[in-house]
Parts: sequence; structure tokens; C-alpha cells
Amino acid sequence: MSTKREELFADVDLSQEKLLNRLFHGLLAAASLFGLVMLALLLLDVLWESSQALLTFDIDIGQFLTGTSSSRAEQAGFGASILASIWLMVLTAVLAFFIAVGCAIYLVEYAPRNRVTRLIEANLANLAGVPSIVYGLLVLALIVNDAGLGSVILAGAIALALLIVPIIIVASIESIRAVPSSVRDGSYAMGATKWQTIRKVVLPQAMPGILTGTILALARAIGETAPLIMVGTLLHATRYPMGPLSDFSAMPTQIYNWTYQADRMFNGLAALGIVVLLVALIALYVLAGYLRRRYETEGGTISNV
Amino acid sequence: MSTENQPGPGISGDDSLDADHEANRRIRRVFFSCALVTVLTTIAIFLVLFDNAASYFFGARISELIAGADLERTVTFGEFFSGTRWAPDHSTPAHGVLPIVWGTLAITIGAGLVSIPIGTATALFLSEYAEDATRNRLKPILEVLAGIPTIVYGYFAVSFVTPVLVGGIASNLINPAGAWLESISHLAPFVLEPAADWMMAQSVGRYSMLAGIIVVGTMTIPMVSSISEDAMQAVPDDLRNGAYALGATKYQVATRIVLPAAVSGIFASYILALSRAIGETMAVTLAAGFNANLTANPFDEIMTMTAYLVSMARGTSAVGTVEYQSLFAVGLLLFLMTLSMNLINDLLKRRFQEEYR
Repeated sequence: MSTKREELFADVDLSQEKLLNRLFHGLLAAASLFGLVMLALLLLDVLWESSQALLTFDIDIGQFLTGTSSSRAEQAGFGASILASIWLMVLTAVLAFFIAVGCAIYLVEYAPRNRVTRLIEANLANLAGVPSIVYGLLVLALIVNDAGLGSVILAGAIALALLIVPIIIVASIESIRAVPSSVRDGSYAMGATKWQTIRKVVLPQAMPGILTGTILALARAIGETAPLIMVGTLLHATRYPMGPLSDFSAMPTQIYNWTYQADRMFNGLAALGIVVLLVALIALYVLAGYLRRRYETEGGTISNV
Repeated sequence: MSTENQPGPGISGDDSLDADHEANRRIRRVFFSCALVTVLTTIAIFLVLFDNAASYFFGARISELIAGADLERTVTFGEFFSGTRWAPDHSTPAHGVLPIVWGTLAITIGAGLVSIPIGTATALFLSEYAEDATRNRLKPILEVLAGIPTIVYGYFAVSFVTPVLVGGIASNLINPAGAWLESISHLAPFVLEPAADWMMAQSVGRYSMLAGIIVVGTMTIPMVSSISEDAMQAVPDDLRNGAYALGATKYQVATRIVLPAAVSGIFASYILALSRAIGETMAVTLAAGFNANLTANPFDEIMTMTAYLVSMARGTSAVGTVEYQSLFAVGLLLFLMTLSMNLINDLLKRRFQEEYR
């Protein structure tokens, strides 16, 4: 057979086609590696710079993690910023969670197919594309200045909450939709009202997905810098924040100010701060992954994009 | 999705049903107002930006104008849109927004030139070439690139991209090339001489346009690759098999079947990446700098619209100053730019969803 085929196609020269295919394959593989290489460079750079900072400057890690920042690099710590970020995350989560879940429940369980619903849905897509700095401007004008709240943690949390509400809504809609309608019908058949069904049947099933989505959204919020800068942060977090109404500089804004300084030691502190920020991020991702695996049900997967 | 499964009133003759219905209606209203908050956010963004931007152009906010404040032209639209110098906070102020719009466009276009080809190639590789194991490992790693906070990219720009990458390109590539041009400049002195001089003069300071392009391009790769790959995966295998049956090679299937079939999804990913690049703030600020230059030289410092917003906030500009008002004029322009990108994206997405259902 093969000899016959070779005879038949003896005049066909495929070497050029094969070369082209191999070249194209190589080109695509190389392009895919670009992202990996940049990611590796970024992580190595941060680790290298932070280890250099630890070796060059006499930095006490315990003091760095608990102390307040200072205009003098030798005395600057990250503790006040870590505390501010924790305050921010708690407030942001509380503010965003209920609004987002309420909106998701409305859209899945209640909303009639009409123009208002379509408007709400189209608007969600638009909100997700608004640059984060614009949320900062909104809060700066409306909350910080017009309402006179000042540049406090609560104002920052409002900006971050507005930013992540669309993200949580999308995740919540997905996991509420994933609850099979047979389960709802079963509840109705037992005589439950709509609200009872939602509260006792739908939400408990959808909650792991909703929580995973919320944690992933917080992972986005914890690194957000621009909205906080617009709201107004301290140049150096020299005081521990005592509550929602204290002025502050969170982890990312403190890192920005340290990076911006010309002083080499401040730049080193920024690298150490980034390590702390990335550890917090990884912790959030691990928690989300754990929740997802722990409660994974068929059809109930949540994408974070 | 609303289901009409509730029993009608009076079926069981129980009075508590009425209370249940009342409670249900109240709950429904609560959820509806949650949904309304998202719409109000958009309206608030529009109103607040317009209201405060008005004081930049007309000397008073719209709300104050309605209340009877005097209208005075502080900054004319002509100066704003056609002036070529941007320094609202300078002692001799200038209000031409072009330099910072150019800064934003330069970064956006440059980042697109990085992320669009690389992202598309990555998507093609993942969708058409990679083994399942490779794909399942590579895709999440690439998505980490999108999950890293932008401030970290900013630090990366300051500590590595600018001094090592961009500095290396300038001193190891451009300067020697200029020296080589100099050595052969007798061939065409009027063209080669200035080019050689320019190339030998390039060096990199703390900030450069090219550094901004590299970091923003890198961070938008996963948006292009991830969404494009989804679009390519949605192309039915029948189309591929049909092409193979006609004797097409893998290269031909990838470029002439998969790419055209997934084109609207791929374009949507481009728009999304560009829109993200327009609004990108921290990485661009720390990479490209704070100097509103109207320049096309990638080794020069430039300022984007977002970098201007950050630089003004740093100065804790007080309410009522022209710096404070200019924040909202620039913010409004930025918002309108990304809004139009998002609307285009929405349009493409809807077309894409309709194709292979």
C-alpha cells in the first residue's frame, strides 16, 4: 500500500508545508513563554530586592511587621498599613456582600424579563469596565468632600466596595443559577413561600460559590491602589488606625509611597511590603480554592474572570 | 427566571398566608433596591464627574449654576482640546489636555502592540497546539499575571524593567546601532547623520514610555489570551475536521479556519485589553512618569491621564482649586473613553454569543 501511495504522490513536495508548520508551532510556543518569563522575572525581582534589603539594611522583621511607618527609612514599619488593610477588607466585604448578593438574588429569582432588568444587566457589564481610579474620584467628591467624611478608612472601603460589587454579583448569579430548579420546586411543593425557599433552600446551596466569589473579589480589592490614592491616604502610616473613621495608608498605598521615594532603603522596604501583600493574596486564593473544592457540586464552578 | 409556583391566596383559608405574601413583597423590594444601587452607581459617576468638571470650565458646579451662581469661562473648550501644554497647577497655567491624552494613547497603543500579538499567539497555542496537560498547567499560571496587583507591576517597572530592560535596549542596542550608522554615514550624510546622533543620544532616566508599554502590555496578555482562547474553543470541531478532510495543514486550520471563525470573540478580547490599558494607573504612573511631554520617543518620560490624577492627589489639592477641578475634567474624559470601549465590547460580545449556539 505505502509504496503505491508513495508512487502516487511522488511529485508532491510537502517539505515546505512541513517547515512552515513547524516554524508556526515554534513561534506560538515562544509567544506563550513570554508571559511565563515575565512572571518569573517579576517574582524573582521582588524576592531578590527584598532579600537584598534584608542583607544591606539592618531591618528587624518583627519590627517591620508590627511598627508604624516613618519619614525616616530606618524607623519605618508596615504594621499600621497591614492593620489598615485588614480594616479596609472587613468593611469592604460587609458593604459589598449584602448589596451584591441581594442584587444577584433579585436578578435570578425575581426579575421579570423586561427593559429595567436588561438595563440592570447591561449596566453591570459597564460597571465592571470602569477604571478603578474613577470610583476613587466618585468617592472623593461625594463622600470625602460633599458629605464631609474626610479621607478615612470608611471612604476607602466604600470606593473598594463599589469596585467589587459587580464581581461578586457575577459570581453569585452563577452559583444561584447552578441550584437545580427541581430543588426549588420541591420546596414549593412542601408549601414554602418564595422567600422561605430562597432563604432555606437556594442560598445554603449557593453560599459556597458566593463566598468563593467574594473572597476572589477581596483578593482584587486588597491590591487596589489608585482608588485609595484618590480618596486620600497618609504619605506615611505613622499612626495605627483605630477604627473606620481614622486616616490611613493601606498596604498598596504605602508600597507606592515607598517605591516613589528616591531613598534606596525605602525601595527595599517596598519590596518587603510587596512580599507581605503577595502572601496575603496567596492566602486569599488558597482559602477560595479550599472553599471551592470543599463544597464543589456539579455545575457549580465559579470562574474568577 | 421568575417562577409562578406560589399557591394563590385563600387556598388553605389560612390568614397567615396574607402576612407571608406581605413579607414576600417586602423582601422583593429590598432585593430590587440592592439591584438599583448598581444603577445608581453609574448615574452617580456621570453626575459627579459632570458636576465637578463644570466648575473647571465654567467657574461653578452645575448645582451651583442652577442655584444662581455666576458663569465665568475659566477654561475654554478650545484651549482644553487643542492646547499642547498641560500644567493646570503651574504658576503660568496651561490647560491643553492633548499631552496627557497622547500619553494615555501612546501607552495603550504600545501595550496593544505587545499584548495583542503575544496574547493571540498564546491563545492559538493553548487552543490548537498544546497537549491537555500543558494547557491545564499553562493557563492558570498566565492568569496569575492578571491577578498580580498593578502596584507590584509598578515596582517591577522601577526596579527592573526601566533600569535593566529599557536601559539595556538603549545602551546595548540603540547606541551601538547609532555608532554603526555614524561609521557609514558618509553614504547618505543628510539622512544618516541626524539619525545616528539621535540614536547615540538615547538614555533612560527614572521613567520612560517604553517601560510603561512593557508592563501594561504584559499585564494585559492574559485578558487577550484567556478570552480569545474561549472563543477559539467555541469553534465547532466540525469546521476543523472539514478543513483537514480537504487536505489542510494544521497551520492552515489555525489561521484560516479557527481565527476567522472566532474573530468577534478575539476582537472583544482586544477591546477589553485596550480599555484596561486606558484605565491602568499605578503601573503606568511608576513606569512612564509625570512629565506631560508630547513626544513619540519611547525613551522619554510621558504622563498619562491616570498618572496626572495620581500626581494631583499626591499634592492633596484643596477643594475649589483649579487643580482639584481639573481632576474631574480629566476623570470625565477618561470615563467616557473607557465607556465607549466597553460599549463596543458589549456589541461584539452579543454578536459572538449569537454565532454558534
